Amino acid sequence: MQDNMETAGQGPKRISEHIIEIVSDSGEGAQKAGQTFGSLSAKMGNGVWTVEIIPAEIKPPARSKAGASGIRIRFGDHQITNMGDEADLVVAFNGQVLYGRFDQHAYKAGTILLIESKWANDPVPEIREQYAAALEMFKEKGLIIHELPFEDACLEITPNPRLGKNMFVLGMLSYIYQRDLQIAKDNIAYIFRKKAQKVVDLNHALLDRGYAFAKQHVPTYCWEVPGRENPGATIVSNGNEAAAMGIMAAGIELVAMYPITPATSVSHFLAEHLYKVGGFMHQAEDESAAAGFAIGASYAGLTAATITSGPGLALKTEMLGLATMAEVPLVVVLVQRGGPSTGLPTKVEQSDLLAVLYGQAGDAPKIAIASSTIEECFHDVILARKLAEEYRTPVYVLSDTNLATGVSQYPRPELKEEWLAAPLDQSDWPEGVRPYEWDPNTGLSPRPVPGQRGGEYTLTGLAHTEESHVAYDPEVNQRSSTMRSLKFATLQRTLTPPEIKGEDQGDLLIVGWGSTRGSIEEAVLRAQKDGYKVSSTHIRIISPMQPGLKEMFKKFKQVITVEINYSDPAPGGNFTEENRRRAQLAQLLREQTLMDIDSWSNVHGQPIRPGLIYNEIVRRLAH
Amino acid sequence: MFGLKADWSLEVQNRYFTLEDYNDGVARWCPGCGDHTILTAVQRILRDHQVPPEKTMVVSGIGCSSRFPHYMATYGFHGLHGRAFPVAEGIKSRRPDLTMFVTTGDGDCCSIGAGHWVHAVRYNMDMTVIMFNNEIYGLTKKQTSPTSRAGLKTNTHPRGSFLPPINPASSTLGMTNASFFAQTVDWNSAHLNATLEAAFNHRGFSFVHVLQRCTAYTSYLFDGMQADPNTLALLTGPGSIDLDPSVARIFKNRIEHDPSDIHAARRVAETTDPFPIGILYQDASKPVYDDHSNEGLGTPPEAKIKAMNKVLDLFSI
Ligand SMILES: Cc1ncc(C[n+]2csc(CCOP(=O)(O)OP(=O)(O)O)c2C)c(N)n1
Ligand code: SF4
Ligand SMILES: [Mg+2]
Repeated sequence: MQDNMETAGQGPKRISEHIIEIVSDSGEGAQKAGQTFGSLSAKMGNGVWTVEIIPAEIKPPARSKAGASGIRIRFGDHQITNMGDEADLVVAFNGQVLYGRFDQHAYKAGTILLIESKWANDPVPEIREQYAAALEMFKEKGLIIHELPFEDACLEITPNPRLGKNMFVLGMLSYIYQRDLQIAKDNIAYIFRKKAQKVVDLNHALLDRGYAFAKQHVPTYCWEVPGRENPGATIVSNGNEAAAMGIMAAGIELVAMYPITPATSVSHFLAEHLYKVGGFMHQAEDESAAAGFAIGASYAGLTAATITSGPGLALKTEMLGLATMAEVPLVVVLVQRGGPSTGLPTKVEQSDLLAVLYGQAGDAPKIAIASSTIEECFHDVILARKLAEEYRTPVYVLSDTNLATGVSQYPRPELKEEWLAAPLDQSDWPEGVRPYEWDPNTGLSPRPVPGQRGGEYTLTGLAHTEESHVAYDPEVNQRSSTMRSLKFATLQRTLTPPEIKGEDQGDLLIVGWGSTRGSIEEAVLRAQKDGYKVSSTHIRIISPMQPGLKEMFKKFKQVITVEINYSDPAPGGNFTEENRRRAQLAQLLREQTLMDIDSWSNVHGQPIRPGLIYNEIVRRLAH
Repeated sequence: MFGLKADWSLEVQNRYFTLEDYNDGVARWCPGCGDHTILTAVQRILRDHQVPPEKTMVVSGIGCSSRFPHYMATYGFHGLHGRAFPVAEGIKSRRPDLTMFVTTGDGDCCSIGAGHWVHAVRYNMDMTVIMFNNEIYGLTKKQTSPTSRAGLKTNTHPRGSFLPPINPASSTLGMTNASFFAQTVDWNSAHLNATLEAAFNHRGFSFVHVLQRCTAYTSYLFDGMQADPNTLALLTGPGSIDLDPSVARIFKNRIEHDPSDIHAARRVAETTDPFPIGILYQDASKPVYDDHSNEGLGTPPEAKIKAMNKVLDLFSI
């Protein structure tokens, strides 16, 4: 992390990266300012990760402790893969909203705070007292505080500073980080393109005023975060938007869903855009119906998708068992949240892995892909559709709230016709080929589609023969179960081991899956630089499991997983070495490798920050 | 149609379908079970309309009645208990070319599938739905169904079921966007055929409630009705089913009824003794969800990629 030392000399000081937060009451436009800053920085070649700070309540009262609304922007001269540790600089519109951020460990001693000063002179004594108390607390925490009259400065330009303050803040940040004002102005013009020119002019004026204001009040806060070489055509989106675009790019024409946080925004996107590529999004009466609808559409020819989160997954369970048993391709996009039950709807957790793999009654193996970057959220859906069709089975793509809400840039995908589903096949079905003509070597079988003459059969969720006839005899059930399992063995044989980051041997290997990748790799790199013999690997295809793990793990003294799901603390009290429950991937890996793989995990509802992982590495390796 | 390769249409004159072309094997229901007559009735309709078997879809849930697709030589989907409707809707959503039947039991539809039933009526997708009401759970051996009469002794209520039964007619007609509801009985083939024919010809969710004899568990419930046609009331008048006069003659109880009048339909739905048979309600002008879900079918790949690139543009910097 870069230091925050004020530059004594002339001109901006070069830094590698910074983390900024803008925090306000909701409705003050902090998020818009932050998004604009993020896209402006991406345009200037910076790596950027932004994530919104959402108030705990839907309509919190002004200046309430639960009301923090805003945005965090981490940007640098390199690719940014996660939201990082504590912020370097915070702009706050009042003091109250910052309390909650301390609970999230968002700030450290030395974090610069630029805060609206008008509360010091508020006519209401209670407000003055609250403001003073907040500043007192922040001072104790070691923040470097600058009380500044943002609103007075805005009043010079607009009678309604509440609405304009955000562009003023964007101007301040543009001075502090030496942003290209012309790009900022173009962005503003784009945001207000549907408004009158005078609205654009006003916001441009606020931007300029903010720039001058920062230069006047905090002239030494002036940094340069150099951009990279032109990275080529670039997309900026969050993981849910990426997944939705992946669905469209995969040629999935039918998506059925029921609203649930945090998956819903995938459907909002599709509701707005899917029809443009000739598709349809169905909002079903519940998640079971959504899965059934998608299965129906898939059965009838073109692989469909359903989208959900925790409780919705629970409701889809029965339908997904049917799809596995009757071998109906299906793409399931699962955006994980905190569980069990309704759990933590808006928070980050990776705790549905075992539910995905083992949620059905009976033996129901399935394919599970875990996206580890926003870009993978796009590409994994395309892969999932192909696998679903080839292996005639449901394929889960797992992401989580961290990827769903994080916004970052990635190379614009070059759309390919081969990504699209093949058109509906209505040719005559080859004579003599049965609806489950299992290849004894692979378990795979071609699938007749309604409309294909000669392929008529009745699909059933009951045990069935190759003819799809209901059959309960021992041999048929044993054989059909084997054939369904064989498909996964066949797929597994085509997979390659995951890549190792760092040396292929050492004292510690960290194994991760899903959205923790950015933080894990950042922490490991830091620890490697500090001389620790630590490496990491990230598993993308969890079921069937990528091969070669045991060979890889053997070369490390310790192997642990880092995950965002529950595991018991170290032995003590009733928790013993024997009964201790480990994190979910660790359970799978222990079974897979018969090795003593430990886990380090928590359920704080937050992305795991690189600093915490670094500390764990040091704790395990420092003798 | 919609970019589908409809190559069978070229040789349609060369294909003539007989009842056998829709029949797959020997149906394994109990002898005398009402399901047999319904199976024959559906096969007759398909034959009469010369629907190619490969273009016919029968979707069901779980129950004796839901075994139906296995005895048809068409495409079939024998899915989950209570969940035939969502699957049928999904199939139909992108395949307007398929002729869709749904077969469901009283437990399948009115109990475990009740949530889907409400919404299926409202979606009003183009399908013919046959609800086999034997007032009992047949497959799982004589448990109480929501349509079981109060006092019926079953394995789950050996002292008699506690509550009055759900009335499928008034329930369906109470739901928004209902577009077709008819009732009939399995033991009068002529009436059954004519009713299913009317349902088949209706575009939308055509719901046919059939009283069905379960010889294993509840046939005695319908013995009286079977013996005495006066326990039934034939709905007559403009818009009623097309029934042969020789058959109509046996029904002495008649209700002159206008099936386009929802209020009259709801009044008729409330009467169960005598049990009204025929079309209670029909309105072909109700919105059908298919018209939305079919949108964009057959969009060529180049058009998709072009549109998709425009969407990517929105997120490009
Ligand atoms: C989720 C689930 N719960 C319960 C069952 C067991 N079950 C199968 S059929 C059935 C009732 C069938 O009754 P009905 O729908 O009236 O059909 P019938 O056999 O009378 O034609 C039940 C309870 C099941 N298959 N799935
Ligand atoms: S148990 Fe009843 S409903 Fe089931 S097949 Fe036998 S007679 Fe028919
Ligand atoms: Mg029944």
